[in-house]
Amino acid sequence: MSLGLAHFLVLSAVIFSIGVIGVITRRNAIIVLMSIELMLNAANLALVAFSAFRQDPDGQIFVFFVIAVAAAEAAVGLALIMLLFRNRKSINVDDFNLMKW
Amino acid sequence: MISLPIINFSVIYPEIIILVTAIAVLIADLFIKGDRRAPISLIALAGIIMAAFAIHAQWGANVSGFSGAIIVDNYALLFKYIFLVGALLTLFLSVWYLQREELFSGEYFFFILISIVGMMILSSSNELITAFLGLEIMSIPLYLLAGFDKGKLRSNEAALKYLLMGAFASGFLIYGIAFIYGSMGTTNFDEIVRALSSDSLDTDPLILIGISMIVIGFAFKTAFVPFHSWVPDVYTGAPTPVTAFFSIAPKAAGFAILFRLLTVAFSPIFVNLSTMLWVLAVLTMSVGNLIALTQRNIKRMLAYSSIAHAGYILVSLAIGTSKGTEAGLFYLLAYTAMNAGAFGMVILLGHKGEDDLTISSYGGLSRRHPVAAATMSLFMFSLAGIPPTAGFIGKFNIFSNAISAGFIWLAIIGVINSVISVYYYLRVIITMYMKPEADSVTTVTYPPSLLVAIILAAWGTLHIGLFPNGWLLFIRESVVGLYQAL
Amino acid sequence: MHLILFIIFAVFCIAGAILVIVLRSPVASAISLIFVMCAIAGLFALVGALFVAALQVIVYAGAVMVLFLFVIMLLNIKEELITTDEKRLTRYLGSALGLAFVLEIAYFVRRGLAFGSSSLYLPVPKEFASIELISTGIFTKYLLAFEMTSILLLVAIVGAIMLARGKGRRDT
Repeated sequence: MSLGLAHFLVLSAVIFSIGVIGVITRRNAIIVLMSIELMLNAANLALVAFSAFRQDPDGQIFVFFVIAVAAAEAAVGLALIMLLFRNRKSINVDDFNLMKW
Repeated sequence: MISLPIINFSVIYPEIIILVTAIAVLIADLFIKGDRRAPISLIALAGIIMAAFAIHAQWGANVSGFSGAIIVDNYALLFKYIFLVGALLTLFLSVWYLQREELFSGEYFFFILISIVGMMILSSSNELITAFLGLEIMSIPLYLLAGFDKGKLRSNEAALKYLLMGAFASGFLIYGIAFIYGSMGTTNFDEIVRALSSDSLDTDPLILIGISMIVIGFAFKTAFVPFHSWVPDVYTGAPTPVTAFFSIAPKAAGFAILFRLLTVAFSPIFVNLSTMLWVLAVLTMSVGNLIALTQRNIKRMLAYSSIAHAGYILVSLAIGTSKGTEAGLFYLLAYTAMNAGAFGMVILLGHKGEDDLTISSYGGLSRRHPVAAATMSLFMFSLAGIPPTAGFIGKFNIFSNAISAGFIWLAIIGVINSVISVYYYLRVIITMYMKPEADSVTTVTYPPSLLVAIILAAWGTLHIGLFPNGWLLFIRESVVGLYQAL
Repeated sequence: MHLILFIIFAVFCIAGAILVIVLRSPVASAISLIFVMCAIAGLFALVGALFVAALQVIVYAGAVMVLFLFVIMLLNIKEELITTDEKRLTRYLGSALGLAFVLEIAYFVRRGLAFGSSSLYLPVPKEFASIELISTGIFTKYLLAFEMTSILLLVAIVGAIMLARGKGRRDT
């Protein structure tokens, strides 16, 4: 058995699902943010696998954009976490008085 | 040596104008200090008006640019008008509020304008990656606007929750885009239509997973049930003019891309998606209305009601024909006017700090401020869909189109829902007219900028309701080009 | 050979990803995430996407994760509070949902990849992902998207500065 596209897609689906589980089950805002990074990484893996499969560089260009988006989201998210922590001294999502999921 | 393509900048003139205005606002904010910063909002206003002229000049065009990434057609231009109207109303709603809450700063207008740039690109994007980036340019300023009242915990929490849910949705979106790219080798809408209509044999499951995940991603942003959990908290925690903006512009932007994506790009496999949209529409209407029934806080009630209204527009999306799209766009137009008006009244009747925004605080308003109570009633009647307002014509259009397209159950469920919704809108009116005066009703001042916004919204609500024909023709003109190629 | 390398990287990825979401301490989670990102970079290199692999290590594992670690250290976040029963329920629910998701995708991939099962793409020709091809794509076909990332980063910068600068109005 040799290496094929399906291997990469299943791996990326597994990582994506772990990220989704992390977002749903974890209560710490920083870890939720990291789980979202996992999801984006899984998407990147799928994009690169498809790009290699199709012998087409477009998929890798998309990865470039996804990384830019992830960086922007992480910067704003971490700034918000800092602000919230400064105002409240806790980043536990359940401590938010309005956070009823 | 790469051969550079010919860049047709004229296709993004409105976006460029707004972007330059946003940067001008940011720079002006550096040099103007303290209480003399009110003129900053005038710069933003000038930019919005100039962009409207640029859109007017483009009307009737049908050109694409940037290697097919952007398309300028009447459909996109109509949405750009809606975004500009949303931004304009928000601007008028904001100025007095920002001064009252001591939040006035240039960044506020910068974020609103940049968000509008993202929405404009989203509405005219003809390619998935451009749409994804447009969505992000729209969303990140929205997160920041939700958290604009930095000193308030509620606002911080709203922003963080919005960001986490938004980024979660982006994850689904980009994963879906990866699947579409992988199974079709392209992300361009024109090429997707061509590929889908050529191999009619058996639709690749990867395409279905991909498009479903893309819909989930946009469903989070446009707040469809069951992806709505963030809405009430974010809408309540954000400053009120920002909430008004959230309920108008990003919703319109989400629908702009959903209509183009599902009923045009994926039209060959639309039958496979129709059931999913049907379920989403029923859930969104019903859950939004049922929870809105129990709300005591006016902002929370309007948040759930905005979910329900998205459900009505989803009905028109599920129809999937050009008639359905027309009905949906007409409803969006009506919704923009009446919802902006309702939020304008909430701002007008609120007071500094916004601690108490319960519906019961409007008790006896009709005796002290009859004009304000009458205007609020107008918007509530329109949201409930009672003639002769815009909301009635909009709902009538959607449900009659649903029936003629064979979606009879969807229409019945929709009508039942709008009957349910009458109850909670009327409760506001009854509180104002029948209930004894509440202690917390303070003196209402009438700042001119806010009045402009409310009068504009009231005019829109009545004009669309009384003279719908001109508006219907305007919308038909903008939708007709969208389906010509099919 | 490629398959062996793939399995090694895949094991790293999955183990690291699970550690990210189960570890109590945010610092440990962040470090596992760096492991995952490096392993994914290895997978990128395996299929010949060398430029993206470098980007992944430098920008993602380097810059973004250092930002995470910096914030965690700055706030000195130790551990989460003990979870209650109610939260344990959402945990089971979330895990079940995630598992269903994996199975669903695996099923679809098995059914849908008739085109992928036989046509393997390794070894990959070097040219398909050369930096030249990627940059040509960015500056021609995806020029607008590239310009849009600059707006995105501008907003993120302005936003982060706005949030970090001074104090807002006092909380009431």
